[in-house]
Amino acid sequence: MKKSKDNGQSVAYRIISFIVLLVLALIFIFPLYWIVTGMFKPPAAINSPTPQWWPQEWTLRNITELFSRRTAPLFGNLSITVPGAVRWMINTVFMAVMAMILTCVTASMAGYALAKKRFFGRTLLFSLIVAAMALPKQVILVPLVREISALGLYDNIWAVIFPTVGWPFGVFLMKQFAEGIPGEMLEAARIDGASELRTFTSVVTPMIKPGIGALAIFTFINSWNDYFMQLIMLTSNSNLTISLGIATMQAENSTDFGLIMAGAALAAVPIIIVFLLFQKYFTKGITMGAVKG
Amino acid sequence: MSPALRRRENISGYLFLLPSLVFFVGFVVIPMIMCVVTSFYDANMNLNTPDVFIGFGNYVELWQDPVFIKALVNTFIIVGVSVPFVCAFSLWVASVIYKMREGLLSFFRIVFYLPVVTGSVAVTVVWKWMYNNYYGIFNHLLKGAGIIDSNINWLGDPKYALWCIIIILLTTSVGQPIVLYVSALSNVDQSLVEAAEVDGATNFQVFWRIKWRQIMPTTLYILVITTINSFQCFALIQLLTSGGPNYATETVMYYIYYTAFKLYRFGYGNAMGVILAIFIGLLSALQFRLAKEK
Repeated sequence: MKKSKDNGQSVAYRIISFIVLLVLALIFIFPLYWIVTGMFKPPAAINSPTPQWWPQEWTLRNITELFSRRTAPLFGNLSITVPGAVRWMINTVFMAVMAMILTCVTASMAGYALAKKRFFGRTLLFSLIVAAMALPKQVILVPLVREISALGLYDNIWAVIFPTVGWPFGVFLMKQFAEGIPGEMLEAARIDGASELRTFTSVVTPMIKPGIGALAIFTFINSWNDYFMQLIMLTSNSNLTISLGIATMQAENSTDFGLIMAGAALAAVPIIIVFLLFQKYFTKGITMGAVKG
Repeated sequence: MSPALRRRENISGYLFLLPSLVFFVGFVVIPMIMCVVTSFYDANMNLNTPDVFIGFGNYVELWQDPVFIKALVNTFIIVGVSVPFVCAFSLWVASVIYKMREGLLSFFRIVFYLPVVTGSVAVTVVWKWMYNNYYGIFNHLLKGAGIIDSNINWLGDPKYALWCIIIILLTTSVGQPIVLYVSALSNVDQSLVEAAEVDGATNFQVFWRIKWRQIMPTTLYILVITTINSFQCFALIQLLTSGGPNYATETVMYYIYYTAFKLYRFGYGNAMGVILAIFIGLLSALQFRLAKEK
């Protein structure tokens, strides 16, 4: 009954906006569709002024081409060599997983301390973290390169992992989640004689699990896609990430769109699948991170 | 609190923070300080040649550098167009979808988030193909519709290049704001809305008088993150136009990259970084002010 007003928002407006929304959705999906179908089109179909909306002839040429370029050692300086794309994929997964684990461990510990521990300088430290978050991340990357070189980490995959872990968003997010832990539970653990570390692992961690999930998926995707940082830190062929590798190929074969689409698909499809599997956590992370932002 | 307990809180607090602080100080705070310090030096990539202190030399040179001015103007055009558009667009989409069934809502949320997840390189290369002079779909579609007579070299023409970049930027910027607005709109105090409806308020009034006020903090947050994102527009430029043609798409972020890593002028690049940070800070502060006054 109370809905009557709502329906007063004319039916016509609703139908029109739904149609507009569908059209927009199509536009937003289209680039991805174009990548995935382009990957299977032969060069003649790709380099034609009349686009084929659906591949008339399917080919694996682009994919075999992608996996025949720029060989690199499988791992480290191993003598087993693989196509560049395979090595780049290994690097990318390693980078994203390491960044994710390190961020989750350090940020959940720090977030818990900031939310629940009454230590000297807590407010000041938290203000510093919030202030750092408001600054443009990319501005610090230029001086970071010099620092990384001085540390001897330049052109090393850890050079992109460490700065990701240092970015304070995770600490901020985990603090939001840790605020919700009841003080009595911590008190009870202390009275039972649990050590600080034990309290953290068996009382705190289970309570902030959804937060850790959100942060994990958030960090994984951001690290995977952080092109600028990868670009300035990594140079040699065997150290590239998949995004960098595709960008390099694009610079070398700028008109072979089929090959480049195959590369783009290789970079995008895995991360999209990860996103689809965990999007509930992801959405939660975005909204929680903004609550008091 | 007993002194013993206070000591325990202090020590354990710092121990829990320590791992995170090592990374935060090492890879965020120190570079931040270095950015400001190095901006007063004539510094290059080589660690063996000493930096030369030149005071405000880099800053003075910046304002006489026509490329920097051009980059600054372009950056402001990008920010000026994308920030209001992203806010209005995502608010509209969110207001249409937030009452939908859970499945449909997730579908739209995912669709608008896709370009973000796809990653800047994959997104950029496919747009490059779509904009292509000979094989791109835009020229095909627009010619088919009779809007243009002959192929346009979208990215190679100074008249269009910046707008082409802005269009891609928009598609990769609305995902997060939509998620935020959907959550903000569904958290609007329903009793206020119902009370207003009982009093005979129109939908329009309900929106501006009640909902808009309640989602103000979200709007503010979106304004700030979109501003920061637009200021940092980089991958699109680097992969599509390298700032060209004739600096038509040069942005501050790309120029920083170019001076620091192509010309190896570190101090000069950092001076630009400082200026960029100041502009972003000022703009964010201004947005906070405006929001508070309202």
